[in-house]
Amino acid sequence: MSKYSAFSLIRNALSHNRNWSEAWRSPDPQREYDVLIVGGGGHGLATAYYLAKEHGISRVAVLEKGWIGGGNTGRNTTIVRSNYLWTEASLLYEKSLKLWEGLSQDLNYNVMFSQRGVYNLGHTLQDMRDINRRVSANRLNGIDAEVVTPEQIKKAIPCINISPNVRYPILGASLQRRAGVARHDAVAWGFARAADRLGVDIIEQCEVTGIRRNGDHVTGVETSRGSIDARKIGVVVAGNASVLADMAGLRLPIESHPLQAYVSEPLKPVLDTVVMSNAVHGYISQSDKGELVIGAGIDAYNGYGQRGSFTTIEHAMQAIIELFPIFSRVRMLRMWGGTVDVCPDACPILSKTPVAGLYLNCGWGTGGFKATPGSGWVFAHTIARDEPHELNAPFSLERFTTGALIDEHGAAAVAH
Amino acid sequence: MMQVNRLDSGGLIERSQPLNFSFNGRPYVGYAGDTLASALLANDVLLVGRSFKLHRPRGIVAAGAEEPNAIMQVGRGAATLPNLRATQVELYEGLEAWSTKGWPGLRIDFAALNDTFGRVFSAGFYYKTFLRPRLLWPAYEWFIRRSAGFGTAPTQPDPDRYEHVNAHCDVLVVGGGPSGLAAALAAGRAGARVILADENPAYGGSLLGSRERIDGQRAGNWIRAAVGELSTLDDVTLLSRATVFGYHDHNFLTISERCERTPGIATGNVRERLWRVRAREVVLAQGAFERPLAFCNNDRPGVMLASAVSTYLRQYAVSPGHRAVVFTNNDSAYQTALDLKRAGCGVTIIDSRRRGAADLRMRTDEDDIPVLTRHLVTDVTGRFGVTSVSVAQWSGDASQTVTSNIHIDCDLVVMSGGWSPAVHLHSQAGGRNTWNTDLQCFVPAETAQANRSAGAANGKLSLRDCLADGHAAGSAAAERCGFAPAADQAPAAENQHENPPEPLWRVPADEDPDRCPKQFVDFQNDTSVADIRLAAREGYRNVEHVKRYTALGFGTDQGKLGNINGMAVLAECLEVPVEEVGTTTFRPAYTPVTFGVCAGDGVRDLFDPVRKTPLHEWHEAQNAPFEVVGQWHRPWYFPQDGEDLQGAVARECRATRRSVGIMDASTLGKIDVKGPDAVEFLERMYTHNIAKMRVGRCAYGILLGEDGMLLDDGVMARLGEQHFYLTTTTGGAARVLSWHEKWLQTEWPNLEVYLTSVTDHFSTIAVAGPNGRRLLQKVGCDIDLGADAFPFMHVRDAVLGGLPVQLFRVSFSGELAFEISIDSCLALGIWEALIDAGKEFDVTPYGTETMHVLRAEKGFVIVGQETDGSVTPFDLRMNWLLGKDKDFIGKRSLERPDCRRPDRKQLVGLLSEDNETVLPEGTQLIEHARITKPMPMLGHVTSSYMSACLGHPIALALVSGGHERVGATIFASLSDRDAVPVRIVSPVFYDPNNERQRD
Amino acid sequence: MLLIECPWCGERAESEFVYGGEAGIVRPADPAALSDEEWADYLFMRKNPRGAHRELWNHAAGCRRWFGVERDTVSYAIARSFRLQHG
Repeated sequence: MSKYSAFSLIRNALSHNRNWSEAWRSPDPQREYDVLIVGGGGHGLATAYYLAKEHGISRVAVLEKGWIGGGNTGRNTTIVRSNYLWTEASLLYEKSLKLWEGLSQDLNYNVMFSQRGVYNLGHTLQDMRDINRRVSANRLNGIDAEVVTPEQIKKAIPCINISPNVRYPILGASLQRRAGVARHDAVAWGFARAADRLGVDIIEQCEVTGIRRNGDHVTGVETSRGSIDARKIGVVVAGNASVLADMAGLRLPIESHPLQAYVSEPLKPVLDTVVMSNAVHGYISQSDKGELVIGAGIDAYNGYGQRGSFTTIEHAMQAIIELFPIFSRVRMLRMWGGTVDVCPDACPILSKTPVAGLYLNCGWGTGGFKATPGSGWVFAHTIARDEPHELNAPFSLERFTTGALIDEHGAAAVAH
Repeated sequence: MMQVNRLDSGGLIERSQPLNFSFNGRPYVGYAGDTLASALLANDVLLVGRSFKLHRPRGIVAAGAEEPNAIMQVGRGAATLPNLRATQVELYEGLEAWSTKGWPGLRIDFAALNDTFGRVFSAGFYYKTFLRPRLLWPAYEWFIRRSAGFGTAPTQPDPDRYEHVNAHCDVLVVGGGPSGLAAALAAGRAGARVILADENPAYGGSLLGSRERIDGQRAGNWIRAAVGELSTLDDVTLLSRATVFGYHDHNFLTISERCERTPGIATGNVRERLWRVRAREVVLAQGAFERPLAFCNNDRPGVMLASAVSTYLRQYAVSPGHRAVVFTNNDSAYQTALDLKRAGCGVTIIDSRRRGAADLRMRTDEDDIPVLTRHLVTDVTGRFGVTSVSVAQWSGDASQTVTSNIHIDCDLVVMSGGWSPAVHLHSQAGGRNTWNTDLQCFVPAETAQANRSAGAANGKLSLRDCLADGHAAGSAAAERCGFAPAADQAPAAENQHENPPEPLWRVPADEDPDRCPKQFVDFQNDTSVADIRLAAREGYRNVEHVKRYTALGFGTDQGKLGNINGMAVLAECLEVPVEEVGTTTFRPAYTPVTFGVCAGDGVRDLFDPVRKTPLHEWHEAQNAPFEVVGQWHRPWYFPQDGEDLQGAVARECRATRRSVGIMDASTLGKIDVKGPDAVEFLERMYTHNIAKMRVGRCAYGILLGEDGMLLDDGVMARLGEQHFYLTTTTGGAARVLSWHEKWLQTEWPNLEVYLTSVTDHFSTIAVAGPNGRRLLQKVGCDIDLGADAFPFMHVRDAVLGGLPVQLFRVSFSGELAFEISIDSCLALGIWEALIDAGKEFDVTPYGTETMHVLRAEKGFVIVGQETDGSVTPFDLRMNWLLGKDKDFIGKRSLERPDCRRPDRKQLVGLLSEDNETVLPEGTQLIEHARITKPMPMLGHVTSSYMSACLGHPIALALVSGGHERVGATIFASLSDRDAVPVRIVSPVFYDPNNERQRD
Repeated sequence: MLLIECPWCGERAESEFVYGGEAGIVRPADPAALSDEEWADYLFMRKNPRGAHRELWNHAAGCRRWFGVERDTVSYAIARSFRLQHG
């Protein structure tokens, strides 16, 4: 296994890059593992990595029906932040943000986490009340947050329109400076490489077709590459959680929706931070390559097609031009969609299930990418100890029965 | 400035119309009919850009949408456009263009050092470095970001406009080349409603400037006749300069039409138009893309696609060079060799195949063009322009190295690696592709929607086949729409026999592919054969991984030039057939489209409609600032004599409590409910007992979601036995109506109830304050307004000031109050009458802020401010509103354990212990003054005001277990260091016995 | 943008409609008699199938009628629209 560094780059360049080793192996599945992770996205790979690293469980296989990172990990707008409203959510995302801060070094893979700050704009008096409320809560939770004025916003983002004479003038914003963006594909690859190095088998093109159980306990899975035994199975299949849960006879409070995004052609640097707006409904950043990366709203209907309606893109364009009139002549290069699992309270499920040995990690809605390392970390804990960590205890499946929802809609309608 | 590469004759340009333009500040002249690319080539400008990563010098490669290198900034100021492909920019007088990469300039570019160390900057290098020291990453990133991008965004708002057009048709034909024209003719003659869209200014596609003959006439004449006939058909719409960029679900396609011919100059007119087309059938005839060949240094300026060279020669009378080497693995490039020869160039053909071209071979012999079969161009020399090529004899084994012992001096290398049908839209629509071994390309297979591909886009590469295929597709599409085919024949062209192409995905070189000079696959992103091999070696074997790891196909040409070559190189590495590697997903946009055209006219004033009350202009005349509430603009306060918000609100509050204030409450949602089952329906929807309400009574009502959480509130009035009038919150009107309708229609369709939104029909004016009754009497009211005759929480029809009104004795201020509901047309009249009559009472108009203060003094909640979707009626002490003997939406949820927790966040009042701190709304509340993080929070301040009437600040808050903690002192965290003590009190600060409103 | 057939008005663009989620969820006749689990199942649990889906749409910018649609959640192809059963 090559260790990555500037030195290794140069050394390998001298040998015409012919001696790089595989980032991860492509083994055939074994008959049995201690833990199976269904879903080779960022969350699943992170779970496998932390199972091996934190809990010493390395007889683990990650089963991916396509190619790793090919779901929402490779389709999102890469925003990472932790300034959520409710303590339960913000502490979980803050755990994740802390892991992001050392992730490149931990994985020895540069995930290009760029803490360039995230502005959540307020356009109405109620928006500003909600922003104050959230910032106040964040600060008491030890999460960096501040309220900024339109003038401060303009200074940091010269291309934004703070005119009061627009439909939804900018009245202020919350700012989390430690928030930012990361290189999404690299997160999957980095976790895969690091997990592989600890002995985890990453098995692509392996679709799970059934979950076997003996009474109330899981015993393994059927896959397109044969059956595999395991006493613990973690299901981490954003977009398809209901389908997998159905195999285990569970019903979930989840609906899968298309979520679209688009990028512009590469431009010279023009936007150094991340801007999100609920009222106008758009969010935007500029990638290291220069593309404006823009998220649209969720499509209303259930859909697994990884595409949505063009009207949704039109609305997102209008929103961006409202905030940034100078982008009207910029061109969209590519649009795409992912499938997001939405829970009624806009919060994930990280939980044990009524089936012993079956664990669920789903329902991240539009906000999953930012949680990748934290989600994997607490989910690994939940699987290893067969009980949730205190950070994910509130995100149980039972909350839908008891009513203890963690409603993030209130202050984060666009919860990306 | 001489157009040294312009031929003396030929082409479709207007030589009588010279046009001045500039590139990188230097003036040039071209002709009308040129593209920026053809004009640059005519002026012998070969170096037009630098590549993205390695900053290698680059020239024009292509003549259309697949151009990767000539990425230009066009125009200046507010009208500037980044990243236009010079090949698709029509030349116009005064055009200014700049290259977009290279510092300090195009010829001397410091970042070209990246090329010198190109092997270090291999695929994915950035994932492997910049790791330590961690603190330096922002600095590393700063450098990475400095080198980002091609063009520059404008710095001013767009002066031009855009619009959307919705269209429907029977048959949409995409592409106006031979196949598309044949298809449009067939469908149009059959009587179908046809839209023909082509991205170019002129129809004809590959026929433009060609010597081919169709139906015995020259191609140009045939095009003219075809377009002429189409334009006479009433049901045919011809769209040129119109790119179909998206094929969406349910046969919905989006077309971007360029209306203005001067993209870099603002006119203020509609610059581009988005056609949103719903087509019953679609014929996809976008043609095919020629593939480059992957030999060493194949990216030098002066290495071009064969078809592009032909296009420049035929359409623009430009010869990009004078001594050309044509390198091909198929027959089509022979035509280019002939074109070059006829233009007076020296030509040598290097053909990788054992046999050369079939028909054309003979003609090249006549033209005396030397052909070297079973030879390869292995390398190119020349930094800013080609000077020579290395050529080697080849055994036909692609895995072996070769020996290049032939060197040919030349200034132009023409390459053709075969053709790939433009399957983009077919694939966007969900169609599948299969690998055609004869043609060595993916061709469309099963379709997922109502579309068919025709011509080159369907793998038909000869003109004769294209015409026949287009005609058949047009006829079939029309027939599917119910039109009998016209009795016409497909246009005919001479048949040409061609020898098949032979695969040559990676050109063997003198060294193995990892050592030899770079063989580019994706030019713009500098993705080389070695990069793809490296990705595969490192385990990135799925084509999507390779794409993402190497940036193959991520350029602004979206892989039109290089993707198939890249996939084939990957297939070679993995030792699998190309079809097993597959393609990456095709996504819109086919070619980039402006944000502006996607947004259309839904920006600025039309971004979201503003709703205004009938009194809006009166408020404006008072200089009232407006608050945005939902789609409404509501007057916030009415400043007098330079008052600020605080001053105005204090005055408005005092005046209302002392005498009388009036407010425009017209934005409240209003729903009229009628029908024999109205009572039963409302019983199920609202929590209180409806049946017990007498006719003429009003009641406060709340709506819960089925989850038990407060959804909306308002006043309900019973106007008749089965006739009710409901109000909703301003922002909730549409939501509440839809909520009612959904339950009624989907759950209880047997209930006969009629719901009508009357929000806009009636305006509402609140008259509040002890002199309210006197004010109404003064205006002139025909009913007894006395407390006994018209008690609190009742409704009466009345005539007020001569106008018919409905009066509600309801109060959101705690004062004696009337809400006047009146036909919106008459609202201004009654408002002005109240203002006039009210002078003696100092009647004071007040806005939303005063309304908020007055209601907060009474502890009345505002849905969306005191509630956030997680608040139950218990939390608000509204238990009294919950009917015990009936079921209602949300009731069962309130029995869940979490809704019964005693430590839920509950509505309370707060008083600052210092009696002067106005707590910021949103402030979190904590148990202790000493802040340690993370700190448990008890709740937050939902509303907070300085109460002028009470003389101290007041606040409402949601506090954990608050109902049981009245009298306790907790702390409000003003910052993360500073917390002030606050006392929990009842949320009702003013007139706790409700005496004033009953007066 | 989907093309949806309103059973009363005919085929119209998706932008005229509002989505209403899974069809056929019947409100329990006696909610008070249900356990918390049963109530949660009605309240939150959804089929969310990958494939054929019976769902509600409202012709909000037209006749304002609610109706049912059978749609494939992967291909988005609509098999049919239907009027809701009236009692």
